[in-house]
Amino acid sequence: MDTFLAQVFTGVSAGAVLLLIALGLTLTFGQMGVINMAHGEFIMAGAYTAYVVSTIVASTELSLLIALPAGFVIGGLLGLVLEASVLRWMYARPLDTLLVTYGIGLVLQQVARDVFGAPAKEVPAPGWLDGSIPILGYDFPLTRLFILVLAGACVAALLAVLRFTALGRQIRATVGNRDLAETIGISTRRTDRATFFIGSGLAGVAGVALTLLGSTGPNLGTSYIVQAFLVVVVGGIGHLKGTIVAALGIGLLQAFFAHALTGSVAQVIVFLAIVAFLQVRPQGILSVRTRSLA
Amino acid sequence: MKTPKISPYVGWLLLAVALLVLAPAVLSDFRLGLLAKYCCYAIAAVGIGLAWGRGGMLVLGQGLYFGIGAYAMAMHLKLADAGPGGVPDFMALYGDATVPGWWEPLRNGGLALVVILVLPALVAGLLGLAVFKRRIKGAYFAILSQALAAAFAILLVGQVKTTGGANGLNNFQGFFGYALFDPANKRMLYFLAAGILLVSILAMAWLYNTRFGELLVAVRDGEERVRFLGTDPANVKLAAYVIAAVLASIGGALFVPIAGIVSPDDVGVVASIGLLAGVALGGRASLLGPAVGALLVGYAETSLSEAFPGSWSYFQGALFVLVILLLPGGLAQLLGLVGRLNAHRGNSVGDRSPRGVPRGKHSVTEVPRSASEEVAAR
Amino acid sequence: MRTKFSSRVLAASSVLALGLTATACGGAKTGDTATSESCVDTSGDTIKIGFLNSLSGTMAISETTVFKSLSMAAEEINADGGVLGKKLEIVSEDGQSEPTVFAEKATKLIQDDCVAAVFGGWTSSSRKAMLPVFEGNDALLFYPVQYEGLESSHNIFYTGATTNQQIIPALDFLKQEKKIESIFLVGSDYVFPRTANKIIEQYAAANGIKVLGEEYQPLGSTDFGTVVDKVKAAGADAVFNTLNGDSNVAFFKEYKGKGLTASAMPVLSVSIAEEEVPGVGVGNLEGQYTAWNYYQTIDSPANKEFVADFKAANGAKAVTSDPMEAAYTSLHLWKGMVEKADSFAVEDVIDAAGGVTYDAPEGTVEVDGENHHIAKTALIGQVNSEGLIDTVWSSDKPIEPDPYLKSYDWWKN
Repeated sequence: MDTFLAQVFTGVSAGAVLLLIALGLTLTFGQMGVINMAHGEFIMAGAYTAYVVSTIVASTELSLLIALPAGFVIGGLLGLVLEASVLRWMYARPLDTLLVTYGIGLVLQQVARDVFGAPAKEVPAPGWLDGSIPILGYDFPLTRLFILVLAGACVAALLAVLRFTALGRQIRATVGNRDLAETIGISTRRTDRATFFIGSGLAGVAGVALTLLGSTGPNLGTSYIVQAFLVVVVGGIGHLKGTIVAALGIGLLQAFFAHALTGSVAQVIVFLAIVAFLQVRPQGILSVRTRSLA
Repeated sequence: MKTPKISPYVGWLLLAVALLVLAPAVLSDFRLGLLAKYCCYAIAAVGIGLAWGRGGMLVLGQGLYFGIGAYAMAMHLKLADAGPGGVPDFMALYGDATVPGWWEPLRNGGLALVVILVLPALVAGLLGLAVFKRRIKGAYFAILSQALAAAFAILLVGQVKTTGGANGLNNFQGFFGYALFDPANKRMLYFLAAGILLVSILAMAWLYNTRFGELLVAVRDGEERVRFLGTDPANVKLAAYVIAAVLASIGGALFVPIAGIVSPDDVGVVASIGLLAGVALGGRASLLGPAVGALLVGYAETSLSEAFPGSWSYFQGALFVLVILLLPGGLAQLLGLVGRLNAHRGNSVGDRSPRGVPRGKHSVTEVPRSASEEVAAR
Repeated sequence: MRTKFSSRVLAASSVLALGLTATACGGAKTGDTATSESCVDTSGDTIKIGFLNSLSGTMAISETTVFKSLSMAAEEINADGGVLGKKLEIVSEDGQSEPTVFAEKATKLIQDDCVAAVFGGWTSSSRKAMLPVFEGNDALLFYPVQYEGLESSHNIFYTGATTNQQIIPALDFLKQEKKIESIFLVGSDYVFPRTANKIIEQYAAANGIKVLGEEYQPLGSTDFGTVVDKVKAAGADAVFNTLNGDSNVAFFKEYKGKGLTASAMPVLSVSIAEEEVPGVGVGNLEGQYTAWNYYQTIDSPANKEFVADFKAANGAKAVTSDPMEAAYTSLHLWKGMVEKADSFAVEDVIDAAGGVTYDAPEGTVEVDGENHHIAKTALIGQVNSEGLIDTVWSSDKPIEPDPYLKSYDWWKN
């Protein structure tokens, strides 16, 4: 049972990472229908924010806590700039958005390479995340526990904003019916921008958190972007709950396959499983079934 | 807007003269070899033009089919080099010096050619059947096909003993009996690639004017309307997707003797999106656009990376942004060469989905509203 | 208005195109031998050489540093009067971290730029991709990185370690000094780790060491939860790490997070050098072992000068590492070969190569004229608190290169 438990824990913590990187996408892709391939580079920007903060703030104990909001703002600002300069002209062409944002991602990567240099940067983890705590006989690394908690907190915060704030109501109204929302006086332009700011900001937060697990380099985003999109698609576009279930499910699946087989084969199997799954439920895990012909 | 029209036929002839007469006369062997490589990309691009430009399917994973063709050819060349019953060099080095069973059929050159043509058609057919019948489209289809290309590349990397892993397959001595080191044979390969490219463009020209070609555009612009008219759009898309896959496979198969190597980097996500760059630049829906665009992008990549090493990422990124944002019809739009279905509207090429459609709550069907109305009104 | 292509036009054009194709045939058949003529221009007062490193893509992280040390070596040589009185003219190309691009750019450097020699490459795949190009054109490549051995090309000089100068000494160290009885293998899923682990398994079998596990992760993978769980559960005496690049960062962070330490279960890495240490984090690596032939901390006049020059050119924070040193050395070795041959012609240089020596930062190295590798001293190092690597064990004298492991009777390929 020990190894089984270990796989569950590993899977859940991998799922938390997936959730964190996909959360922003459920907003920008799920709610707005914008396929932002530069999302991965926003994650990278968050990671570099953590690096910059760690060079400014002397205390490693504090720098992570300062980097989290800073990463949110940097990611969000990048999103705003992207939305205002490019995406606003392209809402009618979602597939083209994909290629444009891919191009922007390429540029951002090379910018990072030129500004920070190609070698990976060190972002020291705070001392209070050193080591692990035993849970049911399994040593759960504190860094992974932190990411799990952070992912939970982001989900809760996002739900709260969507449900209880005026902005959240405007976002939901705009997503529900753009024309009606406009007739009742909602500025859909502003709402779009706010949605994009939050979604991209979440990517920045994910980037800060990922410095705890992996390297901070120009290629950080590319390794996550395909998986992030798969999570959103499997979860059902625009469904926060579906995204959570999908992230954890894919994380667990990957952990169990990686345990039984090799890492490469596990990744291939998970990809194929997702493709097969979408044949069965093309609308994702959670979705209202319609045969909309619009 | 009235645009001056140059007959695509004239364009084709110009391209043929440029490729078959001009280029061999002025280019060095090395540069001609590079042009041959771009021709391989261009052949795949012609297929993407059909699936994406005409059919509205954003095929983000054509590297999969490019790779099937390339690896089938590479495996055959390795086996041919090894001689009857022989074992390719890298298998002796990394594996147990036995040829796996699934390699054996490729010993036969004819069979290898059959595999190059049939296997991608089968894979694309099965996948397309499943995907299009389930009405998966738009972004979903794009992400799915991208995931498949990613999975294929990872699979290849992981099988060091049978596929060469990240090294890929290279060091080919001969191509169906011709020694590959000989410049004369390399020129022959160039003419082969250029010839097949020109023929495939002609085939598209014919295809675009068939009922199938018209239906494909109709499906792109108003899938549901086509369905109401009694034709299953899935079949139309399937056919286009299969043709695109076979063309990518042919491009891949030619790429191997020309480049002298194929590796997982040539078939993965980045390579797949790279194939789209040329199509977007040239004009996805036009006849010559995808091929010319692919040739131009290939040329640009080489010369820019030679002039400014390390800077190609900026140029490629800028290319995607500027072309697709400002010139969705590509260079063809600039020249007024986009087909008659598109020339009358500024940016009416490709997939459309108006904002305000409540995607979250409904289905995966993306709704091409204005475009379909437009078509219907005519 | 519809433009129609009659099927006749289609058919005629097809025949035309294919006909042109057919007439172009008639070249050499398989089995004929290659003849190529060098176009290297030795008439002027400069001589062209090529640098081929990945300046973009995933490998830029490592290869840009090699490019910098090559450039430094070229400047030194030019300041010193050049080679045979000719100043070096550098043609630099970007390999873009893709084997196909390496093959293309190598061809370009040889055929278009007519360089006398090419320096560069890092990954096994980049070298394998370039090998047929250099053999087919009878040109010269100097490859500066430790690699998986089992290769010896007429046209390539290998200035990094082959397996018997790095991996086997590392195993000797673990066996003799750390007295290990069991080992766990972790690697990226590509040729170098798989070949290295094949050698390790046979060494282990011959020396009574149990291999408790062998795990591969896709290149660039950053999810090491499962792998570290397995390492921990197996409880081996040491871990042999052949991970590459970013994966090391994720692996060591996970390793430390799960409470594994250098004292309880040391990790010996063969792909982590000084420049990678900051990225992984000194705290995550301190006390762990590495196997190389050069460290920045080597106490010799030649190395002190090398390090000082490199810092002067690239900033005080810049560090030097084994592949950089091997690249720097490779250019000087080529200079030595050319001067011994008194010719830039490839075959003359190859003929003169055997026995050429150079007082490199790592110590004096000598070229083996048979297998084109160089004799190198193996050094096991330990990461210190400043992120540099201290030598803790040495083979004391240069080890003769043996890429095919012919002198090891336990080795059966």
